[in-house]
Amino acid sequence: METIILFAPLVGALIAGFGWKIIGESAAQYLTTGLLFLSAILSWIVFFSFDGTTENIQIMRWIESGSLSTDWAIRMDRLTATMLIVITTVSALVHLYSFGYMAHDENFGEGENYKARFFAYLSFFTFTMLMLVTADNLVQLFFGWEGVGVASYLLIGFYYKKPSANIAAMKAFVVNRVGDFGFLLGIFGIYMLTDSIKFDDIFAQMPQIAETTMSFLWLDVNAANLLAFLLFIGAMGKSAQLFLHTWLPDAMEGPTPVSALIHAATMVTAGVYLVCRMSPLMEFAPETKNFIVFMGASTAFFAATVGLVQNDIKRVIAYSTCSQLGYMFVAAGVGVYSVAMFHLLTHAFFKAMLFLGAGSVIHGMHHEQDMRNYGGLRHKMPKTFWAMMIGTLAITGVGIPLLYIGFPVGFAGFVSKDAIIESAFASGNGYAFWMLVIAALMTSFYSWRLMFLTFYGKPRGDKHTHDHAHESPNVMLVPLAVLAVGAIFSGMFFYKDFFKSDQYVGEFFGVIEKSDYAEDHASLGFTLVSPAHAATEASDEAEGDHATDEGDHAGAWPATPGQGAIFKHPDNHVLHEAHNVPVWVKLSPFFAMLAGFALAFQMYIRRPDLPAKLTAQQAPLYNFLLNKWYFDELYNVIFIRPAVAIGRFLWKQGDTKTIDGGINGVALGIVPFFTRLVNKAQSGYMFTYAFAMVLGITVLLTYVTLFGGAH
Amino acid sequence: MSNLLSLTTFIPLVGAAILALFLRGNDIAAQRNAKWVALATTVATFIVSLFIIGQFDPSNTGFQMVEERDWLLGLKYKMGVDGISILFVMLTTFLMPLVIASCWNVSDRVKEYMIAFLLLETLMLGVFMALDLVLFYLFFEAGLIPMFLIIGIWGGANRIYASFKFFLYTFLGSVLMLVAMVAMFTDAGTTDIPTLMTHTFANENFSVLGVQIIGGMQTLMWLAFFASFAVKMPMWPVHTWLPDAHVQAPTAGSVVLAAILLKMGGYGFLRFSLPMFPVGSEVMGPLVLWLSVIAIIYTSLVALVQTDMKKLIAYSSVAHMGYVTMGIFAVNQQGIDGAIFQMISHGFISGALFLAVGVIYDRMHTREIDAYGGLVNRMPAYALIFMFFTMANVGLPGTSGFVGEFLVLMGIFQVNTWLAVFAATGVILSAAYALWLYRRVVMGDLIKESLKTITDMTSREKFIMAPLIFMTLLLGVYPALVLDIIGPSVAALVDQYDTATAAFGAAADLAAAPAAH
Repeated sequence: METIILFAPLVGALIAGFGWKIIGESAAQYLTTGLLFLSAILSWIVFFSFDGTTENIQIMRWIESGSLSTDWAIRMDRLTATMLIVITTVSALVHLYSFGYMAHDENFGEGENYKARFFAYLSFFTFTMLMLVTADNLVQLFFGWEGVGVASYLLIGFYYKKPSANIAAMKAFVVNRVGDFGFLLGIFGIYMLTDSIKFDDIFAQMPQIAETTMSFLWLDVNAANLLAFLLFIGAMGKSAQLFLHTWLPDAMEGPTPVSALIHAATMVTAGVYLVCRMSPLMEFAPETKNFIVFMGASTAFFAATVGLVQNDIKRVIAYSTCSQLGYMFVAAGVGVYSVAMFHLLTHAFFKAMLFLGAGSVIHGMHHEQDMRNYGGLRHKMPKTFWAMMIGTLAITGVGIPLLYIGFPVGFAGFVSKDAIIESAFASGNGYAFWMLVIAALMTSFYSWRLMFLTFYGKPRGDKHTHDHAHESPNVMLVPLAVLAVGAIFSGMFFYKDFFKSDQYVGEFFGVIEKSDYAEDHASLGFTLVSPAHAATEASDEAEGDHATDEGDHAGAWPATPGQGAIFKHPDNHVLHEAHNVPVWVKLSPFFAMLAGFALAFQMYIRRPDLPAKLTAQQAPLYNFLLNKWYFDELYNVIFIRPAVAIGRFLWKQGDTKTIDGGINGVALGIVPFFTRLVNKAQSGYMFTYAFAMVLGITVLLTYVTLFGGAH
Repeated sequence: MSNLLSLTTFIPLVGAAILALFLRGNDIAAQRNAKWVALATTVATFIVSLFIIGQFDPSNTGFQMVEERDWLLGLKYKMGVDGISILFVMLTTFLMPLVIASCWNVSDRVKEYMIAFLLLETLMLGVFMALDLVLFYLFFEAGLIPMFLIIGIWGGANRIYASFKFFLYTFLGSVLMLVAMVAMFTDAGTTDIPTLMTHTFANENFSVLGVQIIGGMQTLMWLAFFASFAVKMPMWPVHTWLPDAHVQAPTAGSVVLAAILLKMGGYGFLRFSLPMFPVGSEVMGPLVLWLSVIAIIYTSLVALVQTDMKKLIAYSSVAHMGYVTMGIFAVNQQGIDGAIFQMISHGFISGALFLAVGVIYDRMHTREIDAYGGLVNRMPAYALIFMFFTMANVGLPGTSGFVGEFLVLMGIFQVNTWLAVFAATGVILSAAYALWLYRRVVMGDLIKESLKTITDMTSREKFIMAPLIFMTLLLGVYPALVLDIIGPSVAALVDQYDTATAAFGAAADLAAAPAAH
């Protein structure tokens, strides 16, 4: 079954890409979409029938050299199963959505066929992404990793006539390669120390690796920390974390369904997946974990600040994605991998929905993307409006705080984001906690700003465009409806499995044996417990039978890696502690959300003149944010231009002048060379020197042969 | 069949002789005949070579299908293949029919052109199979001549300069090699390569004119061979002949040069330097490794700013060859496996890239990057194929380009992490220059008036590319096809090397011990 899930998209991509002339464009569209829905259905079956036991399915040999042995293989565990449903579901819906979105495209002229190509790329992307998450070893994961990079490159540059799209595509690939550079070094280091690149072998050796010191460059460092750090560099590139984030906003040059699929729901979460997948390594690398938390929190904050002022609807959502990825890294960094995956899952639904909703707006507004030219669109496109509203409620984290009926009550983002913020607090990392709360405020602000600018107020901009604004066809609205279900319910539905307690999470991820004690009898029914201890008591009840001793909750999880999909160090109690945080901590994201909403409401509904005034007043800050902290300009000055300048210098001065300058003397005058030997000095020092050396060796060899060396 | 290797080697020569002796006239029909004869010959060679790989036993790490005959002046004619050389033979026979097919539109002195390529094939095959020092030298040097002619006669405007530069560089290196060969004969008393590979050349340190030479004779001989192979490779800083030669060479010449001729340097290191002068390799290895790193970074940066497509790809070749030398002198299983794999893979990929440049050069007669832009609009098939090989060139997993680079970097990481880190930056730089080239040539709107009527690839051109695409993918997905063949031989080579250098290390310790007292 896994094999079908994996290869169905590839088959679709190949047939659509190479055979569309034979089967026709619309057949190619139907075929790829149909196969993706097949994959999605099978994925859900696999997800729900999966019992948590890790399975490995060999397909074929791959790279074998000495003790290095790499296979093409599928590893099935809870992480993989979760990613499977995320990828195939969103991908199938995006395929369907694209029927409508790509129906007419003014970037292509009459008679230019682009649809089959688009669907082939989408399916190809899905295949590589599936390869990434089903890999049972690091090298195959790297195959998927680079594969999604190429697919992303192709899709960002899909409008190949647009120079900006071409530049964005290239930028995405090259910046990702910077991350891959670290990833590769990490793989080499892991192989050197463990003699394997298979997850099972690596994980088993982690306790020893944690004790190993490794010399790397001028450093003698703890091996686990170093390797985790190198892999995280890769994750930073793929997941657009601070310093390697510059490609993600530009990637919005691609068609909007692509942004929803690749740059929101799936590919960009690959970094988070990697960190979770390598949890046995991360758990033994405390310094790197701190670094991950720091980077994640900083990114969440940074991206949110930039998102505040962007005017392009897609860029706002792109920065929002960047910021939300930061949240996931914080969760992974503090050691609650299940929560990171939880947010990954819920985020996939509501962010894909926001993007597709934005796409619907863009589609209805004839490819206008500037929110300053929107306004009052809720009448023209009510269904899209409601979809976006649900997405916004989900991302800002709307819910009923402190109410607990076996699970918290709220939209998907409410449940998973609060889980992250509580975990951050429980880990004792104050920086991360405050950054995330502030980011939550800004998230709420920019999300509502987007809503208000787009759907409320009076129509702005081109009147003609507004007159012709229309609701999107059903083929685009149905995927939105499906995603809306996820955006509303996925948080509550999956709460138990990803966050409720060590016991439930452990069972779900196959780390500990399933026990008979699975039903949460005590919490059924509508209870509004004394707020301070609502969740705490619930979680204690759930675990009561198994771990009576408060400090011994981790005891249920094995102390050595290898069992199940994720691993937790015996000293890591964050998941448990997260339920015991003070009430104000639990409430803080909620109030941050309210504050953000109030601020946006004030600025964009009640006093629409305020933003302009504020902008004028705080011009330097505004420009700083609008120009994304000037990262692009900075990189241009310190990386791109120097690289080109050095290249030119080496070419002109190195190759042409120094090396060739010397040789030319000979090339142009080989025959009279010996006669003019005396004059050679000025025609090139390099060559004269080299020739003297060559002559020297010749004489030396002859001398030694005749008189010395040979006995 | 006991003379299978000779048969393979000399079929092209026979074809050349037939052309030279029996083909008369220079009309269209004669030209066509010349091409067909050449194509048939190279295809026949390929088919015969399939028997070689069919009979080959990878688990046997010695030479196989050995032929030995007396030759003139008491010299021996001896041929054979082992796990290291056989794939180069296959690469050559596989590519030559494609090379011939790629010059189907040449109309200038066709007969001579075909003869030159056929002659070249014989000589190249000879290099990879010769098991006698003198025979090797003969093939190795003689190979220069047809290539020199191909560039000099059928090349571009500046061909005389380029061909002389090519000739001089490679020839100067070879002279040194010849001297070293004389020294080897003096020391070992034989020119038989398998014997020489097991012979221990003198490696006691001695000093000449007050300079202490660690590793003694071995180091000197190593240096002499190095001069020759480094130029062939080409390694930095003796690489500048290559971009010039490529730019001036006709497309088919470039393909042979990049895909096969460059591999002689790498093959030489594996056949001579490592097994025969392990101590010399040990002493000088770090130099090679650092030169390789410089080559990777330096030439990648230079590639970034090129304005001529062929030059850009030529510089990219130098960078890729940097990985090869680095892998060889990492002297561990992954390093050498990776180096050989990289050479084979580069044969397909660089060959295809030069062919791709040839496709548009044939149409527009310029290699200037600025003259192009937006080709995808009129040449979708071309855009796809060029994209594929661009990605293979930057080492995308799933293509053969990845496997070699990955193994080499993995091998070098175990030797020295500094080297690995610097070399791995090539991963970023190659993406930058290759994609930038692609963007400027293929992407964008088609604005230039001159390109408005450009036509997509013909079926002949696609037909030539197809086997290259197939091999690049096949080896990328199932590299065991190569690694299974070279693995045992490489393992034996690494063992032999480790034993020899360990013995030298022990001897050096012994020598140092009394001095300490």
